[in-house]
Amino acid sequence: MSKTAAPTMHAGYAAKRKLGSAIVYVILSVMVCIWLFPILWLVLQSFNTIDHISTTTFFPTKFTMKHYQTLFMDSNMPYGRWILNTFFVAVLSCIVSTLFVLMVSYTLSRLRFKSRKMLLNMGLILGMFPGFMSMAATYAIMDVFGLASQLFALIIIYSAGAGLGYQVAKGFFDTIPRSLDEAARIDGATSNRIFWVIILPLSKPIIVYTALTTFLGPWADYIFVSYFMKDETDNYNVAVGLYKMIDKKNIDKYFTTFCAGAVLIATPITILFIVMQKFYVGGVTGGAVKG
Amino acid sequence: MDYLDYVQMTKGQRFAYKVKSFFTGIPHAIVSFFKLIGLLIKKFFGGIGKFFKNFGSRFVKGDVGTKLSYFIMGAGNMIHGQIVKGILFLACEVGYVFFMIYFGMHYIKKIYTPNLIRIDWKPFSYSMADGRTNVSLYKYGTGAIGNEVAEKAEDYYGGETIFNASTQDDSNKILLFFIMTMIVTIVFIALYIANTKSAYETQQIRAEGKKPDGFLQEVHNYLDSKFHVTLLFLPILLLVVFNILPIVFTIFMAFTNYDKYHQPPVKLYQWVGMKNFADVFFADAKKSQTFGLILVWTLVWAFFATFSNYILGIVVALLINKKGIKFKGFWRTMFVITAAVPQFVTLLVMKLLLDDKGGAINNALGTSFPFLTDWANVTIIIVNIWIGIPFTMLMTSGLLMNIPEDLYESARIDGANAFQQFTKITFPYIFFVTTPYLITTFVGNINNFNVIFFLTGGGPEDPTKYSQKAGKTDLLVTWLYKLTVDEKNY
Repeated sequence: MSKTAAPTMHAGYAAKRKLGSAIVYVILSVMVCIWLFPILWLVLQSFNTIDHISTTTFFPTKFTMKHYQTLFMDSNMPYGRWILNTFFVAVLSCIVSTLFVLMVSYTLSRLRFKSRKMLLNMGLILGMFPGFMSMAATYAIMDVFGLASQLFALIIIYSAGAGLGYQVAKGFFDTIPRSLDEAARIDGATSNRIFWVIILPLSKPIIVYTALTTFLGPWADYIFVSYFMKDETDNYNVAVGLYKMIDKKNIDKYFTTFCAGAVLIATPITILFIVMQKFYVGGVTGGAVKG
Repeated sequence: MDYLDYVQMTKGQRFAYKVKSFFTGIPHAIVSFFKLIGLLIKKFFGGIGKFFKNFGSRFVKGDVGTKLSYFIMGAGNMIHGQIVKGILFLACEVGYVFFMIYFGMHYIKKIYTPNLIRIDWKPFSYSMADGRTNVSLYKYGTGAIGNEVAEKAEDYYGGETIFNASTQDDSNKILLFFIMTMIVTIVFIALYIANTKSAYETQQIRAEGKKPDGFLQEVHNYLDSKFHVTLLFLPILLLVVFNILPIVFTIFMAFTNYDKYHQPPVKLYQWVGMKNFADVFFADAKKSQTFGLILVWTLVWAFFATFSNYILGIVVALLINKKGIKFKGFWRTMFVITAAVPQFVTLLVMKLLLDDKGGAINNALGTSFPFLTDWANVTIIIVNIWIGIPFTMLMTSGLLMNIPEDLYESARIDGANAFQQFTKITFPYIFFVTTPYLITTFVGNINNFNVIFFLTGGGPEDPTKYSQKAGKTDLLVTWLYKLTVDEKNY
């Protein structure tokens, strides 16, 4: 602005604009403080020397690392075990679900067959039932198969529902030009080959998006795990385990340990999410545009 | 009315015209709706009729092999040279027959026997040789399978039931296997029809003097022209077993008296018809009031949770994307951090911060402001805003960058101020793109278990207005969760 000869009107405009920016800066700073405040509190508390919620000061005055040790030493709260469980379940169901989602959405988007419309409608209707509505029944089924309160039950449940999450990926596949398929078909490729050799390499963003969402879902799921595992503490995932740490019985002893556990589990996920946010946004809005 | 007339009208007239034509259109809409339904029904029955006609005509026109395969599956294929396919069909038939004899029939019989899903046990005590009193259970009432079970009733020592679940009927299993049998039967019928079709087709191919596809060629077809079957098979199989079956099961369950007093395997439940539905709506005034109150709160919550997040998220995105604001990436990342932390962690932290007694904020301030009791409903919506804004912000700020800059430029030249630019350009664009997202969020909020459950657990409880432990902030889902998990009242 300085290099202009600054007629008065222009200067007034610039000043106004500066003022506007200043206000926005203030608003944003205040909001960021509010937004980060609970997280800061959590992180600081995890280094607190006392075990319970402080009744006098808001932020801790003395710091220690001992809660991070307790996490892996306490046999009542096998945190290490929980992390392994969560990781195991999340990774396996992520792989299976991603495959399923890609398979279903490719089929519904690219191949034309008689019952396609019917399947699309059925998928829509089935998707409206919340998964845990029929949780009791799912539990009964798992019981019959002898899988109740086992980690495999969780993997099966998460991946079984995956086939319904085809909308976003289907929207993506719809945007890949059909002429590619046709050209490959003329060259003698089968549908199978087209799927693996042509479509999949082109769909990297949507694969990453699907993998990310199907990984985060089981990672933070509470309902199914708590219902299926009941008192099997060894098979808890981190969410249920951490919740147990701060129930009325345990909170006085485990509060700061809970904070440590929460920080530990949140850090990798936060980093993952921040790195992947482009894909996430692209997935949500990209799928939305196609409806 | 012509388009010209319409264009000449003033705004008010146009509005009145629209309202008028909406109402005058209603009868027509109703008529066409019923016409559509009629058409669908006609099409449906027409389809069935055609199906049976085809089914019959294939039999009449078929040769020996095709006719034979109406009774022995796969016979037609085998006669016409498709040996492997024929054997597979035959194997299906044999397998199904065995399945029905040894498994399916058993459970179908049990479901239909009127008295069967009910056996009441009554304890009676007797003295044993060593002087202890032993309590045993005996069967009360008669049932078709009652005798069988009564013999196997085990003893009951000092209040602890010792049952051997495997020797007794388990209502869960009966119902589950019944539904499974039904599904297998449907699949079998489909296979049977596919068998007759395939037999007829091979016959026709033979009649044309060609050789039908060999088995390897058929397998190859499943990688090409029938690739959809291969790809969909596993996902749909799992869906049927772990999604559709449980839903059907739950629907059946709604008609039984399965609750904490009737827990299999100790006790069996029975059909109670529409009683449960009547319970919810009419029988108990308090219960139906509870249901109504929860329903209303669910809708109110979903409305506020969705739109407050949506609007405020857009506002924040606009602030960040405002011209002249520096470090856009930095601001965005700050907000994204909250979105990235797993939700159960942030929610639990919020709960610990806000708790009435012993919550960190109240402790530090030395107060006891009732965040999660008296003010719970408001707090929840605010916390939800805290959680939701980053997501909406993230999404819309991506979209904002997509809006072509020249739109704004020409608007400015035409003299539009910032507000007008927003309402005429920015908002319509964002709204158009995010409508599906908005709808899914709304539905998601109706079923939003996490926020409510972790923050308040549905509380505070208010026994004067609610029965069944429902609290002021319970949504339908959390109430259901409580009823099933904590109360075992299905």
